[in-house]
Amino acid sequence: MTRPAAHGSDPVNPSSHDPIETVADTIGEAYSRSQWWDVWRQFRHHTGAMLGLTFLLFITAAVLFGPIFWDIDPTKLDIRAKDIRPIYTAIWDSGAKVSWGHPFGTDNLGRDTMAKLMAGGRVSLAVGWTAMFLALILGTLIGVAAGYFKKLDGILMRMTDLFLALPLLPLLLVMMLLFRDPLRKAFGPEMGIFILIVVVIGVTSWMPTARIVRGDVLALKEREFVLAARSIGTSSTMMITRHLLPNVLSPIMVSATLGLANAIITESALSFLGLGFPSDFPTWGKLLFDSVDRMTQFPERVVWPGICISFTVLSVNYIGDGLRDALDPRIRGR
Amino acid sequence: MKLTTALMGAAAALALAPAAFAERGSDGELKIIYWQAPSIMNPYLSGGTKDIEAAALVIEPLARYDAAGNLTPWLVEDIPTVENGGVSEDLTSITWKLKDGIKWSDGTPFTSADVRFTWEYCTAEGGGCAQTEKYKDVVDVETPDELTAIVKFSTPKPFPYRPFVGGEAPVIQKAQFQDCMGPKAPECTEANFNPVGTGPFVVTDFRPNDVISLKANDNYRDPAKPAFATVTFKGGGDAMAAARSVLETGEFDYAWNPQLAPDVIAEMEAAGKGQVVAAFGTLVERIMVNLTDPNPELGEERATAKHPHPFLTDKAVRQALSMAIDRPLLVEIGYGKAGTTTCNVLPAPEVYASSANDSCLVQDIEGANKLLDEAGWVDSDGDGIRDKDGVQLSLLFQTSTNAVRQDFQALIKEWWKMIGVETELRNIDASVFFGGDPGSPDTYQKLFADVEMYANNFDGTDPEAYMANWACDEAPRPETQWQGNNMPRFCSEEYDAMVAEMAKTGDINKRAELAKKMNDMLMQEYVIIPLVYRGRVSAHSNTLGGVNMHPWDSETYNAADWYRIK
Repeated sequence: MTRPAAHGSDPVNPSSHDPIETVADTIGEAYSRSQWWDVWRQFRHHTGAMLGLTFLLFITAAVLFGPIFWDIDPTKLDIRAKDIRPIYTAIWDSGAKVSWGHPFGTDNLGRDTMAKLMAGGRVSLAVGWTAMFLALILGTLIGVAAGYFKKLDGILMRMTDLFLALPLLPLLLVMMLLFRDPLRKAFGPEMGIFILIVVVIGVTSWMPTARIVRGDVLALKEREFVLAARSIGTSSTMMITRHLLPNVLSPIMVSATLGLANAIITESALSFLGLGFPSDFPTWGKLLFDSVDRMTQFPERVVWPGICISFTVLSVNYIGDGLRDALDPRIRGR
Repeated sequence: MKLTTALMGAAAALALAPAAFAERGSDGELKIIYWQAPSIMNPYLSGGTKDIEAAALVIEPLARYDAAGNLTPWLVEDIPTVENGGVSEDLTSITWKLKDGIKWSDGTPFTSADVRFTWEYCTAEGGGCAQTEKYKDVVDVETPDELTAIVKFSTPKPFPYRPFVGGEAPVIQKAQFQDCMGPKAPECTEANFNPVGTGPFVVTDFRPNDVISLKANDNYRDPAKPAFATVTFKGGGDAMAAARSVLETGEFDYAWNPQLAPDVIAEMEAAGKGQVVAAFGTLVERIMVNLTDPNPELGEERATAKHPHPFLTDKAVRQALSMAIDRPLLVEIGYGKAGTTTCNVLPAPEVYASSANDSCLVQDIEGANKLLDEAGWVDSDGDGIRDKDGVQLSLLFQTSTNAVRQDFQALIKEWWKMIGVETELRNIDASVFFGGDPGSPDTYQKLFADVEMYANNFDGTDPEAYMANWACDEAPRPETQWQGNNMPRFCSEEYDAMVAEMAKTGDINKRAELAKKMNDMLMQEYVIIPLVYRGRVSAHSNTLGGVNMHPWDSETYNAADWYRIK
C-alpha cells in the first residue's frame, strides 16, 4: 500500500526530475525498457488482444485503402446485375447467379456489396472513433474536475445522473429537428448529419467514463504521494496533469475502447431504425437494416455487415481487455 | 403445385355451392392479423383504417360498395335513386327504407331511431367525431316510421350517398350510446370497446392495441352465417411478420396490407400456405413538386406562396423530372402484381380515368435532356449539374421510411442524375411524416423539401372531394395550421372554377368530363408526378374461402360469408 501506482521511481522523493518524464523518456530510450515497452510486451502475451488488434488494423486498412483498389461506386445502380449471390455460393449451388465482377454479390438494385461494405465501414468507424474521443475528453474532464474539486463534485455528478437519464432516441429526434437544417447548410447533408450523430453519441456516452475517473481520482487524492506533492506547493493544474491523469490512464483507456464499440453499435442501431444518414449513404447498420426483408433469400446481405460490426466491436473489447492487463503494473510481468 | 391445384379445385367447388350445408359456427376459429393494432371499436372516434376494419366485423352501414364500386343495399331494401323516388328531385333529401326484422346483437330491433341517433352522435358539439365530413351539410334525419329514415341536406347533393354508407359510417345503437354524446364520447369505454352491432360477430374481450376476441352473433339476420364460431383479431408486429404468419407458417388466416417488395412476397408464397390478393382502387404513389421555396432562411414564410421556388416554377424542369422516370421498372421493383403504371393522379373508377397523359409510360432521358437544354438549363460550370443564372438544379427529395420507398428514391436519384439534376435524399419516420403535427418541420403537409413522395387515395367512388384537394385555398400554410392537401401549393383560377362547377353538377357524364379535365390539368402542369397505381393488398390462407377484397370498402366487410375450405 505504500507504493503508489506512479510508474517506476519513488514518487515521494521530490527530486529535480519528474518521475514520469524520467522513466518514460530518458531511461526508456536508453535501455529500451520504457514503461510503454513493458506495456507492449505484456500486451503481446494477450492472445485475444493481439487477434483483436490485428483485426482492427485489417478492417481499418480495408475500409481506408480498399476503395482505391475496388473502385466501384457503392451507390451506382445496375438493375441488370441485381441479386447476384456472393462468389462462394457457387461451391454448393452451381446454378446460382454469381459474378467475379461482384465477389460479394449485389443487392436488389444492383449495388455492389463489397463497395458498400467498405464505404459503410468508413462511416461507421469514423463515427465510432470520433464519438469515442468526444466522450472520452468530456468524461475525463468532468470526472477529474468532480473528483479533484470538492465544490464541483455535487453539481457535476448530478449533471452526470441527468445525462444518464436522457433517452438517446427522443433526444436525437429533437436534435435532428433543431439542428439539421443549419448543419446541413453549413457542412452539406452528409457532413452535417455526421457531426450531429457524433455529437449526440458523444454527449450521451461520456457518463460511465466520468464516474470511473471520479472514483479513481477520489481514491488517489488521499494517497501519500499526492499529499507530498501538495506539501511542496504543487498547483492544481500540475497535480492533475502530472500526478492524477497518468494514474487514471488505464481505466480511461479501457473505457475508451468500450466507448468505441458502443459508438459503432449506437450508430448501427440508429441507422437500423432508419434515422440519421440519407438512405443512399451506406453505413454498416443501414446495410443490415436494408437487408432484413430478404434475410432468408440472401443471408449474406445481413451476415457480412453483421460480421463486420460484431467482429470490430469484439476486437475492440479484447484490445481493451489486453490494455487493462498490460497497463496494470501489479499484473504486468506475471 | 399439385396440392395448390387441388385446393383451388376444392375452393371452386365450394364456391359453386355456397352455404348449402353451412351452419352457423361450424367452422371453428378465424384468425386475423393486422400489423397496426386496433385501439377502439368505434370508427367515429378514430380515423385509423385498423379501427374501421375491426369495427366492420361488428357494426354495419346502411349500404356498402361492391367490388365494381357500385352501391349495394346492406341494411336497407334497395338503393334510393332519383329514378325510384328515393332521392328527391332537388337532390336535397334521400329516403332509406330499412330491412324488416333486423336485430341488434342484444336482441332488440334495429330501427330508424338508431340511424337518426348515429347522425346526432357524430355531429354532437365537442364530440370530436372523426367522420364529420360524411355528415357534412346534413340538417336533419327524419324518422316517419320505424323503418324509414329521410336524410335532409342543406344544399343539393349530386352524390347523396355519404351519410351511413361504407365502412367509415356505420350505424350504432341508440340505447348503448345515448349517454355518450359530445365530450363524453371517449369516456364510454365499455360502449367503445364492445359495441352492440348488427354484424356477424360480437366482441367478447377487447384489449386495446393488442387482441380482440369475438364470437358469432346469435341474432345475425342470416341463420346460416357466419360460418366461424369465434374470431381472434390480433394486432401489432410489422408487415413482414404478419405476411409470414399467413403465407409461410399458416398461423393466421388473414393478414392486412403486407406492403413488401414483390420478390419477398413471392418467396413467402412459395411455401404454399396462402396467397396474396390485390384490388385496385384509387391509390397512387406520386411525387409532389413544391412550387414554393422551402429555404429555411425564409423563416415563417418558408414554403408559402409568398416565395416561389427558384427553379421548380419552370414547367420545363418539372416535365423533365417526370420524363426521366422509368415507371414500368418502378412497378417491377417495388410492387409487382400489387401495382401497375399510371400517368394520372385519378386512375379510377373507369369513367374518370383519363388517357391523355399516357406518354409518361415510356422513359425518355434524351427528351428530358433536350427539354432542359432548350429551356436554358445547361451545365455551365462542368460539375455535372445543370444550372441557369447561378441557380443549380439541386433537389431535396423526402419520403417516409419504408424499404420500397427508399429503393424508389435511389432509382429516381440515378435517373435524375442522368438529366443533370442533383438529388439529396431524406427519409422520415412514417409516424412523424404522416403525423400532421404542425410543430414538426418534417410533415408531408409542410413539405420543407423540393419534392416528396407518398401515396394517397380517396374513399368511395366519387372523386369530387379528392379533386378539390388542389384548389388554391387547400394549400397548407401557417394560417391553416399547416393542414390541407394541396402539397404542391398549386393555384389556378381555371382549376378552382372547375372545382366549383363540379360541386353543382349532378350528371355523371359531365362530372366525369370535369374530373378528367382537372386531372389532365394537374398532369400537364407536372405539379404532381404519378409513379405507380397501387392496389390494396392482403394475404389470406388457402383454407380461407369467401374473401372478396375490393378497394371501395372495409376489407372485412363480408366476413359473414367467409368459411373454412375443408
